[in-house]
Amino acid sequence: MGETRQVYLDYSATTPAKPEVVNEMLPYFTEKFGNASSLYETGATAKDAVENARIQVASLINAEPNEIIFTSGGTESDNWALISTARRLENKKGRHIITSAIEHHAVLHSCQYLEKEGFEVTYVGVDREGIVDPKEVEAAIRPDTVLISIMYVNNEVGSVQPIQEIGKIAKKHGVLFHTDAVQAAGNIHIDVKNSDIDMMSLSSHKIYGPKGIGALYVRKGVNLPAYMHGGAQERKKRAGTENVPAIVGFGKAAEIAKENMEAHVEHISSLRDHFVKRVLAEIPHTYYNGSRELRHPGNANITFEYVEGESILLYLDFVGISSSSGSACSSRSLQPSHVLTAMGVPVELIHGSIRFTFGDPTTMEDINYTVDQLKIVIEKLRNISSISSEKGW
Amino acid sequence: MAMYNDKVIDHFMNPHNVGEIEDASGVGTFGSPVCGDMMQMSIKVDENSGIITDAKFKTYGCGSAIASSSIATDMIIGKTCEEALMVTNQDVLDELGGLPSVKIHCSILSEQSIKAAIYDYAQKNGLEFEGLKDYDPDAVEEDHHDSCEMEEE
Repeated sequence: MGETRQVYLDYSATTPAKPEVVNEMLPYFTEKFGNASSLYETGATAKDAVENARIQVASLINAEPNEIIFTSGGTESDNWALISTARRLENKKGRHIITSAIEHHAVLHSCQYLEKEGFEVTYVGVDREGIVDPKEVEAAIRPDTVLISIMYVNNEVGSVQPIQEIGKIAKKHGVLFHTDAVQAAGNIHIDVKNSDIDMMSLSSHKIYGPKGIGALYVRKGVNLPAYMHGGAQERKKRAGTENVPAIVGFGKAAEIAKENMEAHVEHISSLRDHFVKRVLAEIPHTYYNGSRELRHPGNANITFEYVEGESILLYLDFVGISSSSGSACSSRSLQPSHVLTAMGVPVELIHGSIRFTFGDPTTMEDINYTVDQLKIVIEKLRNISSISSEKGW
Repeated sequence: MAMYNDKVIDHFMNPHNVGEIEDASGVGTFGSPVCGDMMQMSIKVDENSGIITDAKFKTYGCGSAIASSSIATDMIIGKTCEEALMVTNQDVLDELGGLPSVKIHCSILSEQSIKAAIYDYAQKNGLEFEGLKDYDPDAVEEDHHDSCEMEEE
């Protein structure tokens, strides 16, 4: 194979931890190893570090530090917010939940779990651009609705949801509102003080922090019962010895994300726009999935007609380019993306859809190399394909 | 990609016998774009010997569908139609050195496309083959579609 250029274009799957983040974490593995619950000096040092990180994470979304609870990541935060809220209110208010058809599996599968337990779930659809209609959410509200959970930014097509409007609707009807903001944090300006969001899931490894750490924002006054039981950590809300190095890393990553947001968004959106422009102009029979305006700055989702996505990924991998078809989690399964399905994209076009997500380390050379390789692979696979523009589907 | 062995990767990156035979003796297709894979196989049969002298494929599908198609054309060239009809998906799998379990159905694609092409040749020439005795092209297509629907559940 020789020296192949390595181009990582899957930043919505995960990001590398920044060196500053890792440096900040390192002392907490060794000399500052203390348990944050201990009273003596090393414990207090760890405790201070955790509280400093809490301020940093809170600041990213304009929350108060005591509204941030550290968890093991986005999945735990989603599970906790949905399942504990449902359990708390099932005998007080009812057993109905509203979510969308394009949520991450952490939300969808939590909902399916609750359905098995006797809850009813309404899955509101999306338009062709992958955006939920707030009116549809409002129309789905019933007297027994206990929670609305709609993601902030979709992970596959990057569509930004009308969170402000949905929050207002939820508040008006006295229903709690949770949003999975894992893809939004650091990429979209989030201000919980000017939104009607009751709970929000965050993840560290999507914003150049370590894996295995995340947070749940719980607005002051919202009662969320504990999900993990044990010690008194996280104000008795989430038991278990704090993962201090990871929390410190998450805090540092959040601080950098906040400081660099403008430059970060400018960098990845200009690369993304260049990529999309070139692909659509230079490769025939391609479509851009999702909204052009209401979109994650670093997301491109493209359908290549007459070819199948996995064969594109395989070839790209061979020339050093990492990307994914649909969500990374489904890239080994045969199911077509539930997000593109909900958007009304025909199944045969979903099979040829690839997600490219760009990040801080991405360069213009990476983009141009990828487009050049894409032109080769798409032409090659179309020559092999039994379907073509002349023959049609 | 770690999920495929070198032989599969080689047949995917440099597939053998891609294309369509212009004056083909028989052409068969199997699969559908909705299922994510569709293969077209064309064969040239020597009328005197009954031997398949050339085979070409066109496949819309994943890496293993393309690799299975490529190796299947290699496997039937030089065989008589009866011999080619005995090639099973397991033979294709063995020749490839295995596929990940979620991709096993891709080898069925090539087995069925071989049958479809020889069936077409037999129909055009009024021939009968022992290996096609129980072959019903409509039934197998429906089977494929059913299994694809299940996968997409």
